[in-house]
Amino acid sequence: MAILVALMSALIWGSGQLMNKQYGKSLFFFLIQVLMIGIELGTGLLPLILGHVPPHARNGGLFTRGIWGAVTLGTIPRESAAVTVFDHSTMLLLTGLIAISILLGFFVFWQWNIRDAYKTRKHIMQGNEIESSRSYTKRVLHDSFEYIAMAPGLAFVTIFSLIPIFFAFLVAFTSYDMNNIPPRHLVDWVGFHNFRQVVTLAQVRTTLIGVAIWTVIWAFASTILAFIVGFLQAVMINSKVVRYPKLWRGLYILPWAIPGLVTMMLFRNFFVTTGVINAILMNIGIISEPIVFFASTAWSRAVLLIVQTWMAFAWWMVLITGVMTTLNPETYEAASIDGANAFQQFYKLTVPTIISAIAPLFIMGVAGNFNNFGIVYFITGGGPTNPNFFFAGNTDLLLTWVFSLTFDQRMYNLASVMSTFIFFAIAGVSAWNLTRTRAFKED
Amino acid sequence: MKRKKAFSLSRTLAWLGVHLNLVIMAIIVVYPVMWMVLAALSPTRGTPGAVMSDMWLGVIPIPSGLTLDNFRRLFTDHNYGLWYRNSLIIAVLNTVGTVLVHTFMGFVFARLQFRGRKAGLLTIMVLNMFPSFLAMVAIYTIFLTFGWLNNIYALALLYIGGGIPGTMWLMRGYMLNIPKSLDEAAYIDGATKMQLFTKVIFPLSKPIIAFVGFNAFMGPWMDYIFPRLLLRSGENFTIAIGLMSLADHNSASWDITAFTAGALIIAVPFGILFFVFQKYFALGIAAGANKGE
Repeated sequence: MAILVALMSALIWGSGQLMNKQYGKSLFFFLIQVLMIGIELGTGLLPLILGHVPPHARNGGLFTRGIWGAVTLGTIPRESAAVTVFDHSTMLLLTGLIAISILLGFFVFWQWNIRDAYKTRKHIMQGNEIESSRSYTKRVLHDSFEYIAMAPGLAFVTIFSLIPIFFAFLVAFTSYDMNNIPPRHLVDWVGFHNFRQVVTLAQVRTTLIGVAIWTVIWAFASTILAFIVGFLQAVMINSKVVRYPKLWRGLYILPWAIPGLVTMMLFRNFFVTTGVINAILMNIGIISEPIVFFASTAWSRAVLLIVQTWMAFAWWMVLITGVMTTLNPETYEAASIDGANAFQQFYKLTVPTIISAIAPLFIMGVAGNFNNFGIVYFITGGGPTNPNFFFAGNTDLLLTWVFSLTFDQRMYNLASVMSTFIFFAIAGVSAWNLTRTRAFKED
Repeated sequence: MKRKKAFSLSRTLAWLGVHLNLVIMAIIVVYPVMWMVLAALSPTRGTPGAVMSDMWLGVIPIPSGLTLDNFRRLFTDHNYGLWYRNSLIIAVLNTVGTVLVHTFMGFVFARLQFRGRKAGLLTIMVLNMFPSFLAMVAIYTIFLTFGWLNNIYALALLYIGGGIPGTMWLMRGYMLNIPKSLDEAAYIDGATKMQLFTKVIFPLSKPIIAFVGFNAFMGPWMDYIFPRLLLRSGENFTIAIGLMSLADHNSASWDITAFTAGALIIAVPFGILFFVFQKYFALGIAAGANKGE
């Protein structure tokens, strides 16, 4: 009997509740179903039935057309401007994802409606009194406060984060590239073809490996260099011979206070061939011909390291200074009584304390530099170009390479395959890292 | 009474070494900044190298004369006023949206228990790690589908939405440190969850809200990639795109002195705000590091 009620609710939302004599609840669920069907009819089927077919509704309303579009990616390309009814494959994929997201939202209500009908009927059959719709509403509103409160945020995250990521992921399985730009051409599903290409094309493979190696080297080298410079400045400013530590520290914070984008644009102009550095060196007389910094791999990489250190060392300096204020002077007294000299105190006490306090931030710094898109994009642009690479240069990071594959070469599908690799690498490591931490387990 | 310290060679050497390092470092740090300021005031036009030839000894950034012409040209030859207005609109909208939406999200995930919380946290955490512009083609398609291209208000929406994972994480990190006993006390006094937020948690989170709001205000000024992709016509450009057109040596409008002038107009208030908000930065770092240690 309870199963029957649940089945009724599954077909006509709220009908099970009606059989349970819960009229308020019944109406609520029924109206949600009406809303869902109303959206579908209003956006497509209704005009179709009435005999007026707007081009956008050729295949039904929001939901049917959405799913149809995501599955087929369209059937009519816009071969010439004269074609007025056509399909735009990527837009179809996107609207499909949106339609599915909305349907998932309705699905939550649908399964709630079935479960509620079933449970209530069971309850009645056991001879219990049924809860009035009013008290039920009050209880549900209180219990689902979190979900209602999160709804706006959730909508934002869905549209601007979740759907784009799913879309980017799905593009890896399509033929979306410079030869298939909608709406002139249609895009098709091609399965794992692009993944096979990345693995089998020797040039793509060597580029992926080469760029990945430089990305890792860069992530560590840039972080370590900024850390060491910041560390040395912090230690020196803290030493007893320095009279006005606050003055020096205030001065060194300057690079931190300037917007990074401005810094990077400025430094690009320092190192271009007609730039400031060449002018200085020539005016002093060290060189007679300008150095073409960005034509040389070694120079380009050195410039990136210099600029990154310039921008980031102050951050480390401030952090390390903070840690050093927590060092206990009594420990040092004890150490010197035991006969440790200044160097030993520094090496055995100061360094380990700082490293253990800074380690988590250091890892964050490495992760940040791994994805430090801006500095490469604005300073070297990934160059100098490596002819053996697949549209990549010798300073390209994984991210900048994917970016230029996307926007310069328009190989959307291959770029998506790379993004997928990067995403799984990053997400895997960080999710594993998070679940390991104590706080998450306690949650 | 302590005896005055006698002259010590090693001490003097240490003093010299340390100060030599400090002075060299200070020059490295200050030179580019000073160069930027004085190039902005310099009457010379042309390549950065040409601007140098006008400076003292061709090295030290003291130009032969000072002028405000570069600042004037920003408004007469370039659209600086428009860029500024667009950036300001986006920044204000982003700040308001961030403080309203993100704070609440942080509260829900920090103080309330509900089904799906752990899955939600994990999702947000993973989203946080995903560089948003890897999904840029998708975002472009969204803007295309909804007819939002070339619309600064839609761009502001994108910033609000895209910022949720990161900011929410910071807010949550901070709110986790507010004692749980306050919640219990509030509930005993008959507070609803909403009142717990408005009367207890929100007031106690003001420092992190200030930090997050500051970041939300600052971010859009210097974001280049998204505006470049999503804004089409010159009248909708933001400061970052405008400055890039002046700073890029491949661009037809390469104008380094105008760039430095335009950069200064932004960098000076940024710098001042930076020093005002400095105490909050350590806080932001701490809340960010509170990922679970």
